Amino acid sequence: MSSDTETDARPTPEKIDRVVIRFAGDSGDGMQLAGTQFTASSAMFGNDLATLPNFPSEIRAPAGTIAGVSSFQVHIADWDILTPGDHPDCLIAMNPAALKANLHDLKPGALIIVNVDAFNERNLAKAGYESNPLEDDSLRAYHVLTAPMEELTKKALAGTGVKGRAVLRSKNFFALGLMSWMYSRPLKPVEDWIVKKFGEDSPVAAANLAALHAGYNYGITAEGFHHTFEVEPAALPKGEYTNISGNIATAWGLIAGARAANLPLFLGSYPITPATSILEELAKQKHFGVKTFQAEDEIAGVGSAVGAAFAGNLAATTTSGPGLALKSETISLAFMLELPLVVIDVQRAGPSTGMPTKVEQSDLLFAMYGRHGEAPLPIVSIASPADAFSATMEAVRIATKFMTPVILLSDGYIANSSEPWKLPNVEDLPTFPVTLTTEPNDGDEFLPYARDPETLARPWAVPGTPGLEHRVGGLEKQDRTGNVAYEPENHQLMTELRAAKIDAIRRDIPPIKVHGDADSKILVLGWGSTFSAIRAGVLNARRNGRSVAHAQIRHLNPLPPDLGDVLEGREVILIPELNNGQFARMIRAEYLIAPRSYAKIQGEPFKADEIEEQLNEICREINS
Amino acid sequence: MNIDIKQYTRADFQSDQEVRWCPGCGDYTILASVQTFLAELGIEREKHVFISGIGCSSRFPYYMNTYGMHSIHGRAAAIASGVAAANPDLTVWVITGDGDALSIGGNHLIHALRRNINLKILLFNNQIYGLTKGQYSPTSEQGKRTKTSPMGSIDYPFNPVSLALGAEATFVARTLDMDRKHTAEILAAAAEHRGTAFIEFYQNCNVFNDKAFIELTSRDTRDDNRVYLDHGKPILFGADNEFGIRIGPTGAEIVEVSKVGIDSIQVHNAKDPEPGVAFALSRLSHGPHGPTPLGIFRDVERPVYEDLMVGQIEEAQAQKGTGDLADLLRSTGTWTTN
Ligand SMILES: Cc1ncc(C[n+]2csc(CCOP(=O)(O)OP(=O)(O)O)c2C)c(N)n1
Ligand code: SF4
Ligand SMILES: [Mg+2]
Repeated sequence: MSSDTETDARPTPEKIDRVVIRFAGDSGDGMQLAGTQFTASSAMFGNDLATLPNFPSEIRAPAGTIAGVSSFQVHIADWDILTPGDHPDCLIAMNPAALKANLHDLKPGALIIVNVDAFNERNLAKAGYESNPLEDDSLRAYHVLTAPMEELTKKALAGTGVKGRAVLRSKNFFALGLMSWMYSRPLKPVEDWIVKKFGEDSPVAAANLAALHAGYNYGITAEGFHHTFEVEPAALPKGEYTNISGNIATAWGLIAGARAANLPLFLGSYPITPATSILEELAKQKHFGVKTFQAEDEIAGVGSAVGAAFAGNLAATTTSGPGLALKSETISLAFMLELPLVVIDVQRAGPSTGMPTKVEQSDLLFAMYGRHGEAPLPIVSIASPADAFSATMEAVRIATKFMTPVILLSDGYIANSSEPWKLPNVEDLPTFPVTLTTEPNDGDEFLPYARDPETLARPWAVPGTPGLEHRVGGLEKQDRTGNVAYEPENHQLMTELRAAKIDAIRRDIPPIKVHGDADSKILVLGWGSTFSAIRAGVLNARRNGRSVAHAQIRHLNPLPPDLGDVLEGREVILIPELNNGQFARMIRAEYLIAPRSYAKIQGEPFKADEIEEQLNEICREINS
Repeated sequence: MNIDIKQYTRADFQSDQEVRWCPGCGDYTILASVQTFLAELGIEREKHVFISGIGCSSRFPYYMNTYGMHSIHGRAAAIASGVAAANPDLTVWVITGDGDALSIGGNHLIHALRRNINLKILLFNNQIYGLTKGQYSPTSEQGKRTKTSPMGSIDYPFNPVSLALGAEATFVARTLDMDRKHTAEILAAAAEHRGTAFIEFYQNCNVFNDKAFIELTSRDTRDDNRVYLDHGKPILFGADNEFGIRIGPTGAEIVEVSKVGIDSIQVHNAKDPEPGVAFALSRLSHGPHGPTPLGIFRDVERPVYEDLMVGQIEEAQAQKGTGDLADLLRSTGTWTTN
């Protein structure tokens, strides 16, 4: 099928530099798919973009209710953007619940496109509307357009062979077609995707294509849809881009890290939201020699990884908060064994089951201290979906160079949101090949705990190597020989050596990049996924004449050696975090200063506006 | 067998660490049996890996001059699964106790068994928590008085062989610490078996649960109570083989051969693809009290986890070629700006 619709006379679209669009519907309405495809065609078109999916926690929340609403927000622009946008300019609401759940986020005067067929009494009641908002004037502050999406989808599908209840499943493609018209997106990338996904001759492909075109054509013919928009391609730095989500970039970072270390990759894991798609992605990449082991629980996930590390693989385990708690004892073992291991925690709102689909950064102190005994571990954090690739490679580098488990902190926002990523040249990626020990290191003897004087790493000799047979274990061990030892002085020495090894990593951390007004009295200090909102908020504040500096910290333990200098002499250090002030607490303890904590614990990322507002308030205070 | 392989003696498998079990502990005997067996097995020493949990028995790897890991309580099967999956060329042994394998590590045990990973699991069942000095374990008999059950244990015990058969383990056997000849036979069969081999050792803890297996070990009673299972042979026992096992409508039953005739006696078939009869045999004794089967209950073939894992990697590589990172980064579509 061709997209001849695109050649139809279209009114000259209004050129806009950016737009935030939110697709919202019942979780069964396919809004994630519509949003993703809209994003993909925008990416192919060359816009800069950032996305934010939002799902209900229950997969089968009652249809039509507020609890069952799923949404996907995309921000596209012709310039370098950072966040998925604070307030949508346009909302597609597939039912009354979707309208009700999202209305309060919209910009004043925003465009609302509704599937009018779903606004019947039953659905209105389920959403808790007493009267129909399309008729009672309550939406007068917005620009509302309606389309009978279900009726038109049914008509469009006549003759495709798809019948009955299955017909309405294509209505998300109707919505996508209509939005493609409104925002002057090409249909071709979506058409190609449909054919590739469902097969050229399949009735489902035919149905989805028919719905897509019907939506597009409805825009052409129906009244009210003639004011269209166009966002021109962004002037991103020259290069080849892909649209990447954080979990996929993390999975690819593990593959690249194993390649850089010249080791086979092993992932032991147990499914948990929002980490699962890393396991799923790696399970697909078997041709890279990746071994994925879906264990019976998180303890076995990390246990199998420890076994694989002992056997000489680059071992990783992926999880979220509840799973990290289960893994704690085994991570302490890996720490004691001094084996490389990458533990990836895709944080979600806790405690307990908390809000599994919502973002939080509240495992920071758990990553720092959540082990028994003296067991410090390096912690690396991921700042954005595109950053996940290199941050993961960095975690692998530290793990293998220093022979230690590393905790890599991601979160649900990074995991599922996406942004354009300028592809690195594979030849230019860092390499850090591991040399396994194959010869005795002390005359004829092999001492498994004799250390490299600089990194304090112990040798890695793997089963199968003749002559280096040795035992490791969780019991305290004698320095150098690794034999079980209970001598008081030895335990103190070993505890200090293990801590000194983590400290040694500090020398390997590159200098902090301070953005904005480097010498400003005000520094915003962030870590992890707050990056985009902080950067955008700081940019806006500076555009409005404020002087602000921003530093985003990747290495959370040990902290970068120059952090003390960066903090020095500031009047206000603002630390925005999606937790109750955990990083602020660490900074206070480490540098004996009093940072200002800005804690948001709502299961949602910061908005750029919120950061800017904090900065405005700080400026008012300083100047008054 | 590979003729290049060095001829080993038991000493080659002894580490330089002093063995620290209580004098008289059954663990010594099992250690000696395993070391002697490995010297004869003909697999290079560096290919053996011993992974244990925590417990008296789990100290075992420290005494073996092979690769080894003394890990954490209950997790040996999970860790060993990772070792075996990462490098299928290794021979991976799991050393575990009744508490380690069946309490805290019960989940990992049954999942290793169902996956059929190439592990040789040696469960040292002394029916007590030895290392923590004598609390009842998941194999202790009901009514047992220990420090944590002063009025007698109210826990109903596991029968480890029944449990392993229930998890459809492909190799399930039971032997006795002090019966070194039988132990050697069982170890040989387990080493030969591809997939998970599960061996329950009745192991005497002479400090906290002495004589738990006395009915099988004392000169007066052992002939009447040791029921050896030999593949292809009728299951007979007693000083003069006067007793036998018959599979009746309600399960395995003890019969007098002279009364029922030798033809009614069950001929042991360890290769039976269905675990039902093996399970019935495992129900003969609880405890062990009275006639107790020893030997290989089950030894069947099923695809081995690591083989399937490697097979899928090879299949994927045959279809897609060995992975190319630059292609992967472009696999979901790209665009170029200039
Ligand atoms: C997480 C954890 N819980 C509890 C213990 C204490 N502990 C060590 S060994 C053991 C029981 C050992 O019994 P068993 O596995 O039968 O081994 P045995 O000593 O009898 O050989 C217990 C409870 C521990 N080491 N770790
Ligand atoms: S306590 Fe029992 S099992 Fe442990 S070493 Fe002593 S005799 Fe052996
Ligand atoms: Mg025990």
